[in-house]
Amino acid sequence: MATAHTTAHGHDHGHHGEGAHGSVKSYIVGFVLSVILTAIPFGLVMSGALPAGTAIPVCFGLGIVQIIVHLVYFLHMNSSSARSWNMAAFLFTLLIVAILVVGSWWVMLHLNANMMPGAMPME
Amino acid sequence: MSNAHSVAAADAALLHAVEAHDEHHHDDGSKTTLGFWIYLMSDCILFAAVFAAFAVLRGQTAGGPDAKELFSLPYVAGETAFLLVSSFTYGMAMIAAEKQKQSATLRWLGVTLLLGLGFMFMELHEFAELIGEDAGPDRSAFLSSFFTLVGTHGLHVLSGMVWMVTLIAHVLRRGLTHANIVRLTCLSLFWHFLDIVWIGVFTIVYLSGVAA
Repeated sequence: MATAHTTAHGHDHGHHGEGAHGSVKSYIVGFVLSVILTAIPFGLVMSGALPAGTAIPVCFGLGIVQIIVHLVYFLHMNSSSARSWNMAAFLFTLLIVAILVVGSWWVMLHLNANMMPGAMPME
Repeated sequence: MSNAHSVAAADAALLHAVEAHDEHHHDDGSKTTLGFWIYLMSDCILFAAVFAAFAVLRGQTAGGPDAKELFSLPYVAGETAFLLVSSFTYGMAMIAAEKQKQSATLRWLGVTLLLGLGFMFMELHEFAELIGEDAGPDRSAFLSSFFTLVGTHGLHVLSGMVWMVTLIAHVLRRGLTHANIVRLTCLSLFWHFLDIVWIGVFTIVYLSGVAA
C-alpha cells in the first residue's frame, strides 16, 4: 500500500516548501495554462474562425490537455511510487470511462441508423 | 432510526480513530486520501454514464430548441471563470493550511466559497431562464439529458460548498489539526475534480453544441 507520504502530511513540519500540496508557483502556472486553454476554444467557437468539423476536434483536444494540466498542477498527480495506487485507480477508471462513453455512443449511433423508417429489415 | 443511530456511532468511532492518530502521528492521512480518491474515481464513472446519455441524446430535440439557440457562450465563460478561480483559491487555502496559517486558510476558504456561490447563482439563473423559455427538462430528450448532466455537476458543487462550510466550522473550533488538514485535503481533491468535470461539460455540451 502507499504508506510513504502522499497528499496529507499536515504536522510534518520538517518538509515544507515544495510540499505535497504544491507551491504557489505551481498553482499559478496551472492557473495561467488553464486560462489560456479555456480562452482558445471559447474564442474559436465564438468567432466562428474555423468550420464546425475542425473546431470541435480542436476543442476536444484542448479540453484533454487542460484536464492533464489540472491533474498535474492542481491534483499533483505524478508517477512517483508513493502515488502508484492513485495512478493505477485513475488509469483503470479512464479505461472504464472510455468503454462506457465511446461504447454507448457508438452502439446508439448504429441503433439510430437502424431506426430510420424503412431501414428495419422485414422478414 | 436504529440504522441512522449505528451510522452515527460508526462515524463517531471513525472520528475518534482519526483524532487518536492525531496524537500519535502514525498515519500521515495517505490512506484516507487514497480511499477518497477511489470514491472520486467511482464518481467519474457516474459522470461518464451521464455524459454518455447526453452524447447519445443531444440530437433528439423533438422539434424544440437546440444548443445553438439556447446557450450563450459569454455566460458559460463567466461560469467557467468562477470555477477555475475557485480551484486556484482552494489551492492557496491548502498551502496556507500546510504552513499552519489559520486565518489565511479561512480567508482563502471564504473566497472559494463565495466563488462557488457565484457559480451556483449563475447556473440556477440559467436553468430558470431555460425553464421560463419553455426549454425545461420536459421539452425534449436533449434538454432532459442536459439538465441531468449539468444538474448533477451543480449538485456536486452544492455538496462541496456545504462541506466547505462544515470544514470552516471545524477549523474555527479546533484549528488546523492533522485531522482537519486530512479533511481539507479530501475536499481539495473533490473541488479540483469538479473543475475537471466542468471542462468536459463546457467542451461537450456548450462549445460543441454551439459550434455544430
